[in-house]
Amino acid sequence: MSQDHDVQDLKRTPLHGLHLSLGGKMVPFAGYDMPVQYPSGILKEHLHTRDAAGLFDVSHMGQAALVGPDVAAALETLVPGDIQALGHGRMRYTQLTNEAGGILDDLMVTKLADDRLWLVVNAACKVNDFALIEGALDGRASLERAEDRALLALQGPKAADVLSRLAPDAATLPFMTMAELDVAGTPALVSRSGYTGEDGYEISVAADDAEDLAKLLLAQDAVAPIGLGARDSLRLEAGLCLYGHDIDEATTPVEAALVWSISKRRRAEGGFPGAETIQRQLADGPQRRRVGIRPDGKAPAREGTPIMKDGQAIGTVTSGGFGPTVSGPVAMGYVETAHAAADTEIDLEVRGKALPGRTAKLPFVPQRYYRG
Amino acid sequence: MLKFTEDHEWVRVEGEIGTVGISDYAQEQLGDVVFVELPDIGKTIAKGDEAAVVESVKAASEVYAPVEGEVTQVNEALNDNPGLINSDAQGDGWFLKIKVTDASQLEALMDEAAYKAYVEGLG
Repeated sequence: MSQDHDVQDLKRTPLHGLHLSLGGKMVPFAGYDMPVQYPSGILKEHLHTRDAAGLFDVSHMGQAALVGPDVAAALETLVPGDIQALGHGRMRYTQLTNEAGGILDDLMVTKLADDRLWLVVNAACKVNDFALIEGALDGRASLERAEDRALLALQGPKAADVLSRLAPDAATLPFMTMAELDVAGTPALVSRSGYTGEDGYEISVAADDAEDLAKLLLAQDAVAPIGLGARDSLRLEAGLCLYGHDIDEATTPVEAALVWSISKRRRAEGGFPGAETIQRQLADGPQRRRVGIRPDGKAPAREGTPIMKDGQAIGTVTSGGFGPTVSGPVAMGYVETAHAAADTEIDLEVRGKALPGRTAKLPFVPQRYYRG
Repeated sequence: MLKFTEDHEWVRVEGEIGTVGISDYAQEQLGDVVFVELPDIGKTIAKGDEAAVVESVKAASEVYAPVEGEVTQVNEALNDNPGLINSDAQGDGWFLKIKVTDASQLEALMDEAAYKAYVEGLG
């Protein structure tokens, strides 16, 4: 239980001082010194987000603008998502793929203008992602890293009430769109999106404005600060993938059950790295697939837990823990496609014992996104 | 007699029975406890071997036997309310009782003052 790490090597977000003043328990995450929880603890933070509104610092994530006359078509050479079909202000989830169809990272892409996209990528991948994009699209599009920006997420059923008080247009901002809003005097790029399964926003502001805005949001009635621990349990209950765990270079979007993120046109046309593999898997079905898992008992099945069927290994848990809203253990993992149907009886090998469980539909908790 | 290990278990010995749990420092480090796996009654556990498993929202951790002994009782209340470990780690949040095989093993453990100094030294 020791926490030996050299904090001097860790980067800090613009909200680092605020985390410390709020009593955040800091841990290294993707090269940053980040709060895993505040004094109220992961369980309460998780439940507060589902009941009211939680404020998350996600400034460690990579933000950048990609600019060029045919920028949407250019980015499509690297991702299977339909970027050309995006309307102004619309946002889409996609993946950077490799030649084998594996996932190098997952990201959000928003069309700000015909010649301008806004990208948000994972913290641990951002250096590689941006280098890859810059190199691959050299001469066709240029990347403007937004290293001077912070990113806050405000999530939960009261997020809209809270943000609308500070930026009235936030109330009717459609799900998966982005707009430039004035948030109580602070210029911000606000999207209606998140990583919890709840309604909410992600708010990109200049690093210098981040602490004041975070304090203003925390001063609102329903809002509490939420650490990375609850961010993980919230996204797991919402059935959302965590890069490096549920998806990585060895998993394809088809195996990861992310086919919904690839449009009909892109499936037919290909034109992204690994398209042949992905098109073949779309036609023939993948050999394994990401599924939800509910252990029957109370013991959590953690990442790496072998999944068995009739004594034979059929897969592995990639994320697993306790779901505070479900009030029991929940997990995700990959199983051979023959066993991937929901409600298939499986065994989870936890500490040498075969614990019964079932595959389950995702998400574990109904998504409550804003639908207008 | 209350003694502590460097792995943050405690054992309180009354007669030949030792009650075992994790320290308040340990529960604070773990965070919200959501599951506990307790040993079978009658099992003999060697000093330093796994006696129980405690799982927080984030991770699973082993609880080691501070001294060798035979398990005589486990805290069934933890099955329904593992949060007792957070609310009262050194009281109602006890894990198990063992019949201590060799009381001399207790001598190598820290008393409360020594453990307090040890934890402070961890920063």
